[in-house]
Amino acid sequence: MGCKAVKYELVSGFETHIELSTKTKIFCGCTTQFGGEPNTHCCPVCIGLPGTLPVLNREVVRFAIKAGLAVHGKIAEVAKMDRKNYCYPDLAKAYQISQLYAPLIIGGYIELSNGRKIRLHHIHIEEDAGKLIHQHGDTYVDYNRGGVPLIEIVSEPDIRSIDEAKEYVEKLQQVMRWVGISDCKMQEGSMRCDVNISVRPEGTEKFGTRTEIKNMNSITNIARAMEYEYERQVDLIESGGKVVQETLRFDDATGTTSSMRSKEDAHDYRYFRDPDLVTITIPREEVEELRSEMPELPADKFERYTDEYEIPEKDAALLTKYRSISEYFDKAIEGVKSPKTVSNFIIGQIFRRLETEADKEVFDVATTPEQLCELVKLLDSGKIRNNLAKSTLEKMLDSGKGATDFISESDMGGIDDSALLELCKNAVEGNPKAVEDYKNGKEKAIKALVGNVMKNSRGKADAKAAEEKIAQIIRNA
Amino acid sequence: MGTISKIHEMLTSKQVSCKELTESYLRGIESDNTALNAYVCVTGDEALKTAEAVDKKIAAGESIGLLEGVPMALKDNMSTKGVLTTCCSKILTGYKPIYDAAVWELLKAQNAVMLGKTNMDEFAMGSSCETSYFGGAANPVDIDHVAGGSSGGSASAVGGNLAAYTLGSDTGGSIRQPASFCGVVGLKPTYGAVSRYGLIAYGSSLDQIGPITKSVEDAALVFDAIAKPDKRDSTSLGAKEDTYSKLDNDIKGLKIGIAREYIDGVRDDVKEAVLAAAKVYESLGAEIVYFDLPVLKFALPVYYIIACAEASSNLGRYDGIRYGYKTAHYNGTHDMICRTRSEGFGEEVKRRILLGTYVLSAGYYDAYYKKATDLRGTIIRAFNNAFENCDVILAPTVPMTAFEKGHAVSDPIETYLTDICTVPVNIAGLPGVSVPCGFNAKGMPIGMQLIGKSFGEATILNAAYKYQQAAPEKFKDTKWGVKL
Repeated sequence: MGCKAVKYELVSGFETHIELSTKTKIFCGCTTQFGGEPNTHCCPVCIGLPGTLPVLNREVVRFAIKAGLAVHGKIAEVAKMDRKNYCYPDLAKAYQISQLYAPLIIGGYIELSNGRKIRLHHIHIEEDAGKLIHQHGDTYVDYNRGGVPLIEIVSEPDIRSIDEAKEYVEKLQQVMRWVGISDCKMQEGSMRCDVNISVRPEGTEKFGTRTEIKNMNSITNIARAMEYEYERQVDLIESGGKVVQETLRFDDATGTTSSMRSKEDAHDYRYFRDPDLVTITIPREEVEELRSEMPELPADKFERYTDEYEIPEKDAALLTKYRSISEYFDKAIEGVKSPKTVSNFIIGQIFRRLETEADKEVFDVATTPEQLCELVKLLDSGKIRNNLAKSTLEKMLDSGKGATDFISESDMGGIDDSALLELCKNAVEGNPKAVEDYKNGKEKAIKALVGNVMKNSRGKADAKAAEEKIAQIIRNA
Repeated sequence: MGTISKIHEMLTSKQVSCKELTESYLRGIESDNTALNAYVCVTGDEALKTAEAVDKKIAAGESIGLLEGVPMALKDNMSTKGVLTTCCSKILTGYKPIYDAAVWELLKAQNAVMLGKTNMDEFAMGSSCETSYFGGAANPVDIDHVAGGSSGGSASAVGGNLAAYTLGSDTGGSIRQPASFCGVVGLKPTYGAVSRYGLIAYGSSLDQIGPITKSVEDAALVFDAIAKPDKRDSTSLGAKEDTYSKLDNDIKGLKIGIAREYIDGVRDDVKEAVLAAAKVYESLGAEIVYFDLPVLKFALPVYYIIACAEASSNLGRYDGIRYGYKTAHYNGTHDMICRTRSEGFGEEVKRRILLGTYVLSAGYYDAYYKKATDLRGTIIRAFNNAFENCDVILAPTVPMTAFEKGHAVSDPIETYLTDICTVPVNIAGLPGVSVPCGFNAKGMPIGMQLIGKSFGEATILNAAYKYQQAAPEKFKDTKWGVKL
């Protein structure tokens, strides 16, 4: 046919729901705790009994403002609540109280590692719905989740690849956890993404027709769904077809998407101002107060670590993955010469003891950052050598004790050259077997000799220098 | 007449025990409710229990409050724990709330003796009480006439002496119109003065609970008792001031405004009665000023768009899943909800849900709902301007007197027009009190309406009280119920 193969660019925008970890629900005093016996975290208000009225939990507004500040959004001076009307058994009032006309946060962005900024359209607050439980051939409703506060973060269609999409979600998750407004657990549903996706020939401006994918409970599945949907749309266009605007459901088992409802069947939510709730005013003092309470954000920490401390980007990313790690690191580097050494200890030795992501997030280690700091300072001052520091840290992590519990005064200070030479000679003389092995080409045998020197120097010797000296002695013998 | 103050005096002077009093009201209901159909639920046992408690206090020499031991009733759209609350709709068949409405909490705490729940138009949608699932309430002045609506049962019970006072709710005139039809006093408070918590919503931005009473003093007393701020209703502020203690203030120099648009187009007998009341006010030293309020012509469409839009959303929850009526045979959840709603709602409710759904739907929102809310602002500003030149606005409550039964059902549009004088007050959130001011040739009562500034209940109740003092003959009792 002589057709030139067209490359297609992916265009995607995200609608991300995040459950806020306020103690109580958005419009009543019920607990927001996950789980619980069905319909035990409920009251007349959150099951929408006739005559009940919602009262806005101000803490939700404050949490949402923190979210807004975390993504550099503009905090509205006045915001309003609207009703989104639709009928579904898990929605007790047949409308969800949400925001359409005057959301709390306008704009903002998430910056990716490639320097691109994914702009946010807005962030609004709303209530979660209950859950349907299908059991014994019947359907039951559990309203425990009904009324749990959510924010919905709506991005512009700025995402251009699946990698960007993954990073966008990770960054969002990271920063929202960081500022303490949510645990963002996709598996438990406290973070949920709807993905809008379209394709267009590379180099063109006009957006293609988009579809919306729902029902993905992990970043991996988001990527799988997007990959499938990208290919499907490209294939469709290539074979002369047209993408139809519709809502799709992702099937985890098959890795495919299927139609939930077409554009024609799209809900008309008949949004209108909720007359039961008064206008929310957000005094600038409140915003400033919250701003002053904000922790240093991960992106800022990352920049500080890489620019000021010359920590490699890969390591800086690990240190800033969770707020707990970076706070530990920040405490441990106080007054040390080389923050990079601290970073190496954390990533090299402490991380090895934290098996799961959850462990890393909690970052519950026996050694306090102050203790690590003390150890690194000994290293900085040349009082101990790196290998002693390393082995001491292991003992510290095992016991929770400080460095000085394992290192005596006499251990401190290096040993001079002649002393080292003496120790090396002793090692060679006392281990003829190892020397023989080494001579016969078994290079590893020298390690035993070095070990002997280290042992007899109580770790004060420099292992590398010792190895060189031993090799020289054997050669010259 | 069985007013609150009279009952209080009888109780404290031990002319009658609270139990005897309550029993006589219950007997009255038993004999006359068949004719009046004012009650849809009678709670005799509970009433007697409260009465006995009040009697004990009196016997022990304790002082009792003015509302203590006084037999009363609530409109059936106010939640009462453990007591049927159906909004006179099939769809709430068997529904017993698990909590009390804020107003009932307040009155219960004062040992109010609740006799039962009163009849109303289904979900307060109607002007005759005839959309009630239980059939309409009759007008105690002439039972061939409607009591009005939607709080028809509440007005009928007070006019028919089957309760000393009742609470009604007013979304577009539902307290004032039946009060006017039945020849009693009805106060629609400022939006936000009385908590809506527990009031089953019709039009949330318009709904307000208020008293229906035999006298202006009683209206003031009950209003003072229920107009308290409530944290559970974000729109609730409570009253600005006590009204009962401010009755009988001099009204010399009070500027009473009459908007020409309110007078034009009402029936002659109504117009004459209202203008005669204006003369009474002049004789009391008030000044009558005429002015134009052309925005009133928008009031009715604005009202029906906003009220129906809110209702279409408020009534979405009646799906048969959690409480109330549920269809017997269905095929799946969707079908169950459709059938339940089709069978459970009456014609007028369906009409308003459809209307409300339409005005909010994509493509029509701007032309209807948004325009209506914009015009609502215009109407509010027009009232604010009017109040720069007067203290109180005097108007007819309804353009006509109570119509004969069956009339409303035959012509919904004409029935909607009966709300023309009352809805502007709801749209603007203002207080309005309807007071009897005469009778037509057939002896049916005519009501006039005094409209006040926001939170100006004390001013309008005082003006109403002055009129009541000057023209007591307009406050006539009926042959029904309890005679004290």
